[in-house]
Amino acid sequence: MDRRQFHKILGAGLISASLPSLLRPAFADGPLQVGFVYLGPVGDFGWTYQHNVGCQQAQAHFGDKVKTTYVENVPESPDSEHVIADLAAKGNKLIFTTSFGYMNYTLKVAKQYPDVFFEHCTGYMRDKNVSTYNIRFYEGRFVQGVIAGKLTKSGLVGYIGSIPVPEVVQGMNAFLLGMRSVNPTAKLKFIMINSWYDPGKEGDATKALIDQGCDIITQHTDSPTPLQTAKGRGVKAFGEATDMTKFAPDTQLTADVNDWGGYYIKRIQDVLDGKWASTDTWGGFDSGMLSMAAFANMPDDVKALAGQAVADIRSGKNKVFVGPLTDQSGKLQLPAGQVMDDGTLSGLQWLVEGVEGKLS
Amino acid sequence: MFRIEPRGYPSRFWSLGSPILAIALTILVTGVIFAAMGQEPLVAVYTFLIAPLLEHNGLAALAIRAAPLIMIGVGLSLCYRTNVWNIGAEGQFTLGAISGGGLALTFPDAPAELLFPGMLALGVIGGMFWAAIPAWLRTRYNANEILTSLMLHYIAGLLLVYLVTGPWKDPHGFGFPQSALFSSTATTPIIVPGTGVHLGCALAPLLAAIAWLVLNKSVLGFKLRVVGQAPRAARFAGFNEDRLIWTAMLISGGLAGLAGILEVAGPVGQLTTTISPGYGFSAVIVAFLGRLDPIGAVFAGLLLALSYLGGDAAQIDLGLPNAVTGIFQGILLFFLLGCDLLIRYRIKRVRPNPAVTLTGIAE
Amino acid sequence: MIFLITSLLVSIIAASTPLMLAATGELIAEKAGVLNLGVEGMMLVGAVTGFVVTHLTGSTTLGIFAAILAGAGMALIFSVLTLTVLANQIATGLALTLFGKGFSSLLGRNYVGVAGPTLPKLDIPVLSTIPFFGPVLFGHDALIYLSFAILIGTAWFLYRSHAGLILRAVGDSHAAAHALGYPVIRIRYAATLFGGGMAGLAGVYMSLSYSPMWAEDMVAGRGWIALALVVFAAWRPFWLFVGAYLFGGIMYLSLYVQGLGIPVPSALVSALPYLGTILVLVLISRDRRRIRMNQPASLGQSFHATA
Repeated sequence: MDRRQFHKILGAGLISASLPSLLRPAFADGPLQVGFVYLGPVGDFGWTYQHNVGCQQAQAHFGDKVKTTYVENVPESPDSEHVIADLAAKGNKLIFTTSFGYMNYTLKVAKQYPDVFFEHCTGYMRDKNVSTYNIRFYEGRFVQGVIAGKLTKSGLVGYIGSIPVPEVVQGMNAFLLGMRSVNPTAKLKFIMINSWYDPGKEGDATKALIDQGCDIITQHTDSPTPLQTAKGRGVKAFGEATDMTKFAPDTQLTADVNDWGGYYIKRIQDVLDGKWASTDTWGGFDSGMLSMAAFANMPDDVKALAGQAVADIRSGKNKVFVGPLTDQSGKLQLPAGQVMDDGTLSGLQWLVEGVEGKLS
Repeated sequence: MFRIEPRGYPSRFWSLGSPILAIALTILVTGVIFAAMGQEPLVAVYTFLIAPLLEHNGLAALAIRAAPLIMIGVGLSLCYRTNVWNIGAEGQFTLGAISGGGLALTFPDAPAELLFPGMLALGVIGGMFWAAIPAWLRTRYNANEILTSLMLHYIAGLLLVYLVTGPWKDPHGFGFPQSALFSSTATTPIIVPGTGVHLGCALAPLLAAIAWLVLNKSVLGFKLRVVGQAPRAARFAGFNEDRLIWTAMLISGGLAGLAGILEVAGPVGQLTTTISPGYGFSAVIVAFLGRLDPIGAVFAGLLLALSYLGGDAAQIDLGLPNAVTGIFQGILLFFLLGCDLLIRYRIKRVRPNPAVTLTGIAE
Repeated sequence: MIFLITSLLVSIIAASTPLMLAATGELIAEKAGVLNLGVEGMMLVGAVTGFVVTHLTGSTTLGIFAAILAGAGMALIFSVLTLTVLANQIATGLALTLFGKGFSSLLGRNYVGVAGPTLPKLDIPVLSTIPFFGPVLFGHDALIYLSFAILIGTAWFLYRSHAGLILRAVGDSHAAAHALGYPVIRIRYAATLFGGGMAGLAGVYMSLSYSPMWAEDMVAGRGWIALALVVFAAWRPFWLFVGAYLFGGIMYLSLYVQGLGIPVPSALVSALPYLGTILVLVLISRDRRRIRMNQPASLGQSFHATA
């Protein structure tokens, strides 16, 4: 085939391409179509799994009034732009993009589809038809820290990090603050595995931390491997994003559980009512977006203490990031009595004194 | 019983026929897999392979996706013709993106006439540099280029992670692992307004044509082919084998690097940890599917790009898992390699006869 | 301190085992002259099959056998294409990896995030309690001991048995072996299937013991490192053991040093195993004579006997 023929075929394709858009039915009637874009497989039993639980809750809540569609394993590359645009073109009026890396692509597609509403999870850029939403994960980390501070014998706790984004930095700092609130000498050690989901590496990092003397493990990655590895070594650990009890019933102390369902139901209702507006939501315990799995494998007094920590954060009595806070170099970052504002918090890039190891 | 018997010379008919047969068989088997997953096979195949083209902007999406695949695939075709097995094009793509992107981040205010060509040049050089390492290790130290180029791909990926979480992190990006957005002068020009079809989509077929001319009409191309097909003859003819290995690696690395910088300066718009959904590896299929011919790589790149779009469409419309794309690509390559037998060999029906050695199948 | 070193060694043993299992299989295939680059894909299919079968039947033994069969089944696809239909081995191996990635993710679709049974550790009553040697030498799961048994068996087979001699002859000169009347293709089939079975075993070690669950792409490049190890070992079993443990050690220690708080960017430390592979490949390969002495001369070449 030579190039002229090739162009002819391309041309024929162009003509036929314009036809179906005329034939596509209008979607004014029928259920409201809602799309979800997921980073991982729906069965990762971590991040994406919890989003999909929320999606299913919304579907069950609205029944025939809403039709949800999801696309899984969407890489955070220009592919995601195509997927998001495809969902918009196929009549979805509200689209949730559930990973940070979709930020710019979500904004680009939102410009092309001004009458479609977009919700981007964990990002910081909004537009007329783009909202952002996220959970104050660090509140759960503080509670974990309280538990770990009470239970650690070696005074050294291990944190498996993914990539040192502010969310992970907040998590490590909050964990340390929680720990220090009950155990002023306890220390935190961390390993970044440069991935959110890599069971082999997560397991290896768990072993490395235990081999270096950590006797409690928490994770900021999505697979249950750290929990399972900790079980194998007879060390207690925390689950991540979802209740992972079934993987290690005698090992999991608790887990922070992401509850997206309530938020999804509310936002879908807003669209149905014609009240949707661009907002920024950052919800913690009080919003119902975050909860803790049952406290287990610890004495009752520690359970009580952890429960109190949850209650204090929920009521606003404990703001978690309260001065005086000094960083690793000993520099005072937040004076006594002050509460860190959300702007500073959402760009946090320094570690509190007591965390061992450097951010790179 | 059947017997496989070499032909005197490659069959012209099957050179063209074998990829078509392979594609037909792949569609058939994929249809069976769709049916096994409880889908209407015809509907599924239609959704997977045809519907994406009929979407709004479907052809534009195809061109954007195909451009990097074609560019890398053309380079790999040349490379594999020379019997040099560069498997790490993904890493060369990444290095191209890093080198060109680094220029964009360093001089965001430079005028477009200088900045963008400079980025392309650095992208090519970056890709070449990353391909030069396995070339050097092979020619100087005899190290297997399959393994070294592959290991270098992992290193390139981690280097990118290091850069965007460290020195090149966007100072206004709230600490997320990404660079600043490239300035408007550092952006790949869009050639069809409103579709996102960028310069790379036009460059890809052009480069394929040039590569075809080089391979088939130039002395260099002749040498490359001889080294690949008959290394001993090449040595007798006094060709410098090492130099040809270098040439093949540098061409393929440069093209992968060019694809990399065009991609980050175009559809991506910044450096992030995820700039490629595995283009460098899919391009290996592109090269083989295109019969290691640069023009063939154009068609192969379009087909592979279609399988990605089809994978997305199958998920949205039919709820099929994303894995379907990988399975389709793997099966396609299996059949293609299998059908290639028909080019060099003919299959003859033979009556069972103890006097004949049934070669190939049972000895 | 002793405790720390002990547990460090135990961790390294676990990290090295999948590499050694897969590389042993590939060693036999390459000794017969077959270069199968599909190890990663075969490991993935083995991992998912073993996990699913164990989950369905509740028997890890059945799971392990199923994984071996699945790996061998993948190798069969490869063999038919490269040995019978004479397709290019390099391209077919790559296709096998691509296919294996997609196929394993499809097979394991309903098993992601399922809590699976773990391979039991063999706690040998008295021996495991000896300080240091107890935990390092005893108390592992069966596959770790099996990996050594198979490697020793492989060494014996290659250099002490008649069949091994024939296998090496087929790999060194298929034409000569054919002329002597040995069934070249049949022997290569057997060697490739063995390689696939071992890759399947390495995979199931990952999904039942190393990180006991199924996750997409969980082999994460170990198949490629196993391939590099065979070259590293210059096709000799003892050096395969050294290489597997060296790389298992580097992979593990690259995370371990991060925990020590050494101020090197974590991404760069993660690159160490790959950098190490390249360095070692260079060190081994630069001695052309040694490579020529040990590398099967017909490696990667199709064989078609003209009648």
